[in-house]
Parts: sequence; structure tokens; C-alpha cells
Amino acid sequence: MTQPTQKNRLQGGLIDRSEKFKFIFDGKDYFGHPGDTLASALLANNVRLMGRSFKYHRPRGPLTSGSEEPNAMVELRGGNRQEPNTRATTAELYDGLFANSQNRFPSLAFDAMAINDRFSNFLTAGFYYKTFMWPASFWEKIYEPIIRKAAGLGSLSMKADPDVYDKGFLHCDLLIIGAGPSGLIAALTAGRAGARVILADEDFRFGGRLNAETFAVNDGPAQDWIAETLDELRSLPNVRLMKRTTVIGAFDHGIYGAVERVSDHLKTPAPDKPRQVLWRIYTKQSILCAGATERSIAFENNDRPGIMLAGAMRAYANRWAATPAQRIAIFTNNDDGHRTAADMHAQGVEIAAVVDTRPNQPVNLDYEVISGAQVINSKGRLGLTFAELKLADGSSRTLECGALGVSGGWNPNVHLTCHQRGRPTWNEDLAAFVPGGTLPPGMSVAGAANGTLSTHGAFETGQKAANAALRALDLKTSRRKLPEAEDAPLNITPFWYVDGASRAWLDQQNDVTVKDVKLSHQEGFRSVEHLKRYTTLGMATDQGKTSNMGGLAIMAELAGKSIPEVGTTIFRPPYTPTAIGVLAGRMRGKEFHPTRLTPSHKWASEQGAVFVEVGNWMRAQWFPQPGETHWRQSVDREVLATRNSVGVCDVTTLGKVDVQGADAATFLNKIYCNGFAKLAVGKTRYGLMLREDGIAMDDGTAARMAEDHFVVTTTTANAVKVYQHMEFVRQCLFPDLDVQLISTTEAWAQYAVAGPNSRKLLQKIVDPEFDISNDGFPFMACGNITVCGGLRARLFRISFSGELAYEIALPTRYGDALIRKIMDAGAEFDVTAYGTEALGVMRIEKGHAAGNELNGTTTALNLGMGRMVSKAKDSIGSVLSEREGLNEADALMQVGIQPLDPTQKITAGGHLMNADGPVDAAHDQGYVTSAAYSPILERSIGLGFLKDGGNRKGEKMRLVSPVTNLTVEVEIVSAHFVDPEGERLRA
Amino acid sequence: MIIHHPTLGPRDSAEFVYLGDASLINRPDPTAETKAQDFHDYAYLRDNPAGPIRELWFHEGGDRSWLVVTRDTTTHEITAVEFARDVARKQGRSV
Repeated sequence: MTQPTQKNRLQGGLIDRSEKFKFIFDGKDYFGHPGDTLASALLANNVRLMGRSFKYHRPRGPLTSGSEEPNAMVELRGGNRQEPNTRATTAELYDGLFANSQNRFPSLAFDAMAINDRFSNFLTAGFYYKTFMWPASFWEKIYEPIIRKAAGLGSLSMKADPDVYDKGFLHCDLLIIGAGPSGLIAALTAGRAGARVILADEDFRFGGRLNAETFAVNDGPAQDWIAETLDELRSLPNVRLMKRTTVIGAFDHGIYGAVERVSDHLKTPAPDKPRQVLWRIYTKQSILCAGATERSIAFENNDRPGIMLAGAMRAYANRWAATPAQRIAIFTNNDDGHRTAADMHAQGVEIAAVVDTRPNQPVNLDYEVISGAQVINSKGRLGLTFAELKLADGSSRTLECGALGVSGGWNPNVHLTCHQRGRPTWNEDLAAFVPGGTLPPGMSVAGAANGTLSTHGAFETGQKAANAALRALDLKTSRRKLPEAEDAPLNITPFWYVDGASRAWLDQQNDVTVKDVKLSHQEGFRSVEHLKRYTTLGMATDQGKTSNMGGLAIMAELAGKSIPEVGTTIFRPPYTPTAIGVLAGRMRGKEFHPTRLTPSHKWASEQGAVFVEVGNWMRAQWFPQPGETHWRQSVDREVLATRNSVGVCDVTTLGKVDVQGADAATFLNKIYCNGFAKLAVGKTRYGLMLREDGIAMDDGTAARMAEDHFVVTTTTANAVKVYQHMEFVRQCLFPDLDVQLISTTEAWAQYAVAGPNSRKLLQKIVDPEFDISNDGFPFMACGNITVCGGLRARLFRISFSGELAYEIALPTRYGDALIRKIMDAGAEFDVTAYGTEALGVMRIEKGHAAGNELNGTTTALNLGMGRMVSKAKDSIGSVLSEREGLNEADALMQVGIQPLDPTQKITAGGHLMNADGPVDAAHDQGYVTSAAYSPILERSIGLGFLKDGGNRKGEKMRLVSPVTNLTVEVEIVSAHFVDPEGERLRA
Repeated sequence: MIIHHPTLGPRDSAEFVYLGDASLINRPDPTAETKAQDFHDYAYLRDNPAGPIRELWFHEGGDRSWLVVTRDTTTHEITAVEFARDVARKQGRSV
């Protein structure tokens, strides 16, 4: 095989010819050099065709040389690193780079879906809205898959991303966004004054537009000045230079988001490096030096490969020593287009002609300048071959050329000025929007981003903005002699589109043409935001950076308004497409939130426990024993062992709040609907907390350890919320109560020891001087004790299971030792560890409400605790719980439910219907909240809410679930399936 | 956003939990004759101004203080940060 040659490689440029990079595009081998982008290397290899368009599948090449690129998007890399929609214009070349074009089948040169182009009459503005209206059922199965296959961009690898993304935080006095001439001079000015400066640029080379030009600075090459400046900046410890770093958004209070592409220029990231870092930059001042983006002129078939922005063509020639063709033409409405012709000519590229829409342009001795003329059409199936002109006198002419540089003027990159309240204003001289309105606090704008397009202007405004920032920072300003540089005006006569142009592209990525904008106007879309959504103009990955202005101009003309009257759509972050991976950082999979382990976790793991996530906690769900093949076997065994002898369960996850102070009881009286003032020291009481609207918020127990000391428990799920609420009540509602709160959830390891043998077991652990007999430590007792010969502990005689039960708490560091001690001491009783499933079964058997019942819609009355709401005192929620609507005669009441046929199952979520009559929402009687198989009763049981449930015990009903087509005949029973009199509790 | 905590200085808003309108401090008198209406208004009615609003933030990742933050909803400019307890006292809330 012969080695491919870089046929369109020119002289000079900022590439390193001493090294050769081999790369593969669409299966073919090419060579490029360090400093190349994928686009510049392909152009140098005479490849103009790089992609197919979104809707019509038209052949496309690069329009730009930067991050605003709409066309040249590729799938970069392969395997699990394949990344779709990567702009070839910013993808840095590395040795072994591998990329494929996208949105074509079977190949880029022959794309079967290009048939869409022939049907373009049907694919106009609002096509989706008009065509796929009905039937609705067709959307998911028929329309969407077809659209997704036909239209669309790159494909995902469908494999997990192997790379690491990170997040970081930076603080500075001054953030400078963009390292062109204005950014560099600003950084120098502020850096010399001692300000902490961050200079960030999305490019991999500092210098901005100077890298793309042949300008002199101080009578020498601009590159010399850039190198000197960077040397000085690097010598300043207070200046941080960040290349490959895109500032993606300006957020509140001087905070900026930036994505640093740490490893994207390498084949794979170094082993200890992330691929990208999302920086949050806290700034006092900022200067936007983001430059300007060139825009095109719309004419028929202006989207062929080889037709690109004139400034981009010049950048390829000057910076990357690459030309799209050996013979080129220019189409311009301003002086900058002529600059491209001059530079290309100097590089030895043949200039077919410069076509200028303005009359009477000066004659050039080296090549032809055609004044007052327009390019009205183009030819060439997979790349430009001819441009058709309409001359000033109306006659036609054809120009043979392989590339056409188009310049319609330059739009300042105002994006970040608009991320808060800024609204750009119209500048007549530039025929472009410049920053206006209220900028983000602390931000100023310099250089081309502010509409100052010359290099001299960039230096001047950059220094001025830096001095303004220094003044705001109370640092010393300085005025040095500016480097000498060109100061040419743009001289533009606005020209947006060629008369009569129809299939003339505005938004090349979304395939929006002049015709589409006209059609949308004709159909009544007058607002610029409507135009955007109806035609999809500017909605693609490039967000219309090169296309929006053209659309606005046509819209203004049709509406008989000026462009500023029409206005722009709103600019929103991010400035350029941002990988979801970098927004997530390391918060992926199990790292999404912290994992909290219970004190018995290690021991439970040794027992082979199955764990379940409960919020952030990992809790043992059940403990399978040898021979058990189904979870129900384990759970049934755990329940029966607990009810027949003794079981132990880690309940550390329940929230614990220490409440201390002279007014502690008064405080609890406020947060609980039932009374606590008269609770004796050494006693525990169940408490129900209401929200102020009268709905139940949480429940738990409060143990009075001393006159001025309570230990409050909350549910696991609500521990954080309840603590917040308690602090709110304390600080905001009753600021003068003498009471202090602290969460001690993690400070104490707590185990429930339940079952008829629980006391005997604990008597082996609790030190003998503490009497825990039924008389000495009755039901609902609490107290400070010691265990194992002097370890301080707390004991509560409370029960969630309905058995004789205790909860014992030790400082967390003894939690692991305690579970082992309990299991040893309990061996003679066959003590059994039980998990959250058995816990759930036993509380349903006992009729205790949990999260399923305290579901944010239920009141104390619904829960069968209506009488608990004390009328003798004020508490949160007490007033509104008396509302009529919450107290109707047929209010939902908690009931027990069991199937008439014991072999049938109760399903949570099912609804209760009368034994006879229709099954529909209007006849709904209630619903099932919890269900379980009770190994004691040997049948399925459930808890639920039923209208007037208190008076319907014994009634036969139907439990239905239309979703699962289930109907079960059930009987309404007491919610207390086991030990309704509470004899076991008090044993 | 950055919230200037009265004692801890500038803190990132990520350390805080947001609750809403600081009018929640003004819990009505539960013994008033009009208590039903008063509590209804208190629980359900909020102003939604375009401009300055006083709102409650909880410094959960910090000192667990409730703060009253005065923030302009149109600019996110924060013009005052006070301890909610001080505000409550100033508004005459006592035991």
C-alpha cells in the first residue's frame, strides 16, 4: 500500500512536522502532525467530506475551525470509549486516533438515507408536529423508531464509560475567559499587580485568533509575543493557566463552571488521571475575552463540502498549514473576507476570485475581485466543484473552485454575558449583537467579545478591563505601553441571504433553510422563541452559534422589523456540549451517595446476611441458613424463632435525637400531638408527630432519662427531616425555650431483643445490680444501665414486634462486640438474628403503622390514633387536624385484611371494593398499604385504610388490582392480628 | 450561590437546605377565635414576589442554624442574612 500523502498541506503553521501521527478515519489510514486537529489533518489529506446532515443526509464538510462547528461531527475512538458527536474541528490529533463518520448508511460517500433530500418538501418546518399527529399509539412503536434511525447523530457504544471524571474547586480574584490578545494582556496586567488570576481557554494552544492570523505584534511574529507573554505569566505564582478548559456557564454570585479536558488529547488517560474535570470557580471579578464567531451568507446549496467560513479557511491555512482545495474562491460582504484571500494567496493557493456583495471594491493585482456580485448556487455531488455567480449587471458566471470561503460578518461571543440577566444590544457598525443589559455581577467584557474586532482594540480593552477589575479588588492599576498591532476596521454592509434563495442553509446541523424560516413566518410564528422551536433553528449541539443571526435577519425582514426589535433567543449554559459523565464526576453507581453501615454489619456479613439499601443504610434483610432456598423460608423461621424464643435485630438506623434542657418536656409537647409533660422519669412513651397541616409526619418513642433529658427516636427514613423540623420548631417558633438538640443516630449502636426469652438473655448481659425483672423494669421502662461489668448502656422496654422486648444501646464502638456477646449469651435459647423482612412481618402482625401507613396523606384519625391528639395543649398540627375535611364520618381508618381463602394472597397497593357493585374509582372504599405472609397465622395478611373502617369489622369485601387483574375476596378484621390484648408485651 | 452566614462567613449554598418563605416563623396564636382561618392561611398561603423575598435556609452541613436570607428572586442577589432565632425574637415570639 502506498503511503497517503498530505496533498493539501501548506508551508509554515503551528504544527510539529518532526513527528508524524498515523490515524484512521472511516477505515482508511492517514497521517498528520502534533498540533493538528482531526479536521485540519483530514483537510491536509484532501478529505473534505466528513459527515452527513441530520435530516436530509446531505454530504457535509467542516464549516468552521472551532467549537462552533455544526457539520464535521464524528464518532471518536472505539469500543467502550466511543464518543458520538465529537467535533472534528476541536478533536486534537494523537497517534493512533480512530474515528468514524456518523449518520450515514452504508458509507459516507453513498448514503441510502440521502433519499430524504428528494423528499425535502415533506420535511419542512414543523414537520414533526404536522406529520406524526395521530394516532397517538403510533408514536412509540412506529414513528419514533423510524425517526430515530433516519434522523439523528452519532450512536452510543452502549458500554459503560471506563474513564474517571472528577470535580474540583478553585478560588481566584479574577477569572479571564479566553486567552486571545485581550485575555493575555488582561492576565498580564492583573498578574503583575498581584491579583490571583485564572486564565482559561477552550483551545489547546493559547493565543486565540492570533494563532489563525499572520499579524505582526511589535514588528515581530505574533507567536513571539505570545511566547514571551506566556513565559512571564508562568513565572507569576499568582497566575494559573488552564488550557483545554471551557468555561461553560456563569452562575450566581461570581461562580463559574468550567470543564478541563485533561486527557482527551491522549489515546487513553494516564492511569492516575481523570479524563475530564468539572471545576467550580469562585471569582471576585471576571473578564470575558471569548472572541467572536463568523457567520455565513445563505445561498442555494451553500452546504457542500468545501464551502466554509472564510475565517476558518484562513485559520486552517495559517495555523494548521492545510487548505480544503488548491483553488478557492471567497464570498464576502466585509473587508475580513479579503484578508482570507490575501493569506491564501500568500500560501500559494490559487484564488479563483473574491466575490464581494458591495460595489466598487478596490482592484487587486494578484487575483480578481468581483464587486457587487453574489454567489447564488453551487455544484458538486460530494464536494464543491463550481460556484455560480450573479454579477452586478444581472448576468451569470461560473467559477471553478474546490472550496469557497464565505464571510457574512462576525458575531461577538456574548453567551456568558447572558447566563443571568444580560440581553445583548445591537451594534449597527458590526451588524451584530454585543453584550448589553445587566452582566453577571463582577463581569466585564473585552476584545472581540465586546465588539472590538482589531488586535489593537483587543489589547486596549483587555488592559482597560483588567485595570477596572484591579480597582474593584483594591489592587494597584498600571498602564503600560500596549504592544503595537493592526487596527483595521471591519467595514461591513449587512447581507444575509441571496434573493430568491430557498434551499439555502442557515442551520446546517439541524437542516434549517431560508425556506423553513419563511414557511414558519407564513404559518404565524412571530416570536423568535417560537421560530426556534418550530423550525429547530439553533437547537442542535452547536446551539446555532453560526446560524441564529441569519434566521433572525430573515425573520426581521419578513415582519418588517429591525433585527434588535426581533431580538435573540436566550443563551443558556453550557457554552459547548458537556459530557454527562463530567457533571456526575465520581458520583456514579455505588458512589452516588455515601453508604452507611450498621455496627453489626461485619458480623452480619460473616453470617451471610442478605442486605438491602434503606436510604443510605445497608441493613440485613434476612439471614439465610444452610438448606434455605427461598427468602420466605428464612423470614418465616426468623419470625417463629423470635415469637417462640428470642430474636435480635440491629435497629441502629432509627434516628435518635437527644433533647436536653429545663424546657425539654414543654418542647416535646409542641412537636408531638400527644402529651409528654407528665411522663415520669424512667418511662418511655410512643409519640406521633404531625405536620402543621394536620397530616402525620413521623412516629417514634421518647424516653425520659431524667427530668430535663429525653431520648427521642424517629423512623429510619425520616431521621434527617425530623431533626430539621425539630430545629425549626426550636429556633423559629419557640426561640426562648431552654432546650438543646443533637442527633446521636451514629453515636449509639442499638439492638432490639425480642421474644419470650429476651429477658433471660439480657439478664446474662446486664450487670446484676440492675433489676430488669417485670416488676423492676416493666413495659415502657427506660434507664441508664451498665453491661458486661461496667460498660455504660441504655435499656428501653419497648416493642415493635409485639413480643416481650427490649432495645439496648451502647456507644457505637461496642456495637460489634455487643452483637457477638448477645449471640453467645443467647445460644442456650437458640437466639436468632432477624432482618428487616421479619421485622416487617411482625409489625404487620401486630398492626403497627410504618412508612407505608405514614405516607404523607394520613392523619392521626386515619391511623386509629385520633384520640391521641391532645386538646388540652397546643402542638404542631393540632389546630388543622380538627378541620372538617379531615374528620368526616366515613374517614379512612386503618384496618386488618385477610383473604377468605387462606391460600390466597393480599397484595399491597390493591383497592378495596364492596362485595357487590361496580369496580371503579367512584366506588373505591380504601386501599391496602402493607401485606405479608404471617407464619403464625399461616396465611397472608394485610393492613390498609378503609372508609369508616372502625365500624366494618367482619365485612366481606373484594380486593382488586386492575393493573394485575387481581380480585381476592377478603374479610375486614382488627389490625392487631397477634396478641390484641398486649399480654405478651407486658409478660 | 454563596450565603454569608452571620458567624461562619461566606458559605456555598450546597451546605444549606432550603425551606421557603420566612413567614413560617409567624405561627398564629392557637387560642385565637379565628385560629382555623389563621392556621389555614399560615399553612397554605404564600406570596410569590418577583423581587426581594425573605426565606428560611437550614445550615445542615454546618452549625445547624436556621437563617433568614433576604434574596431577590429576579437577580439572586442576597442583601441580608440573619439568624432565624433573632428574627423570631424581634417579631415578639416567646414561650
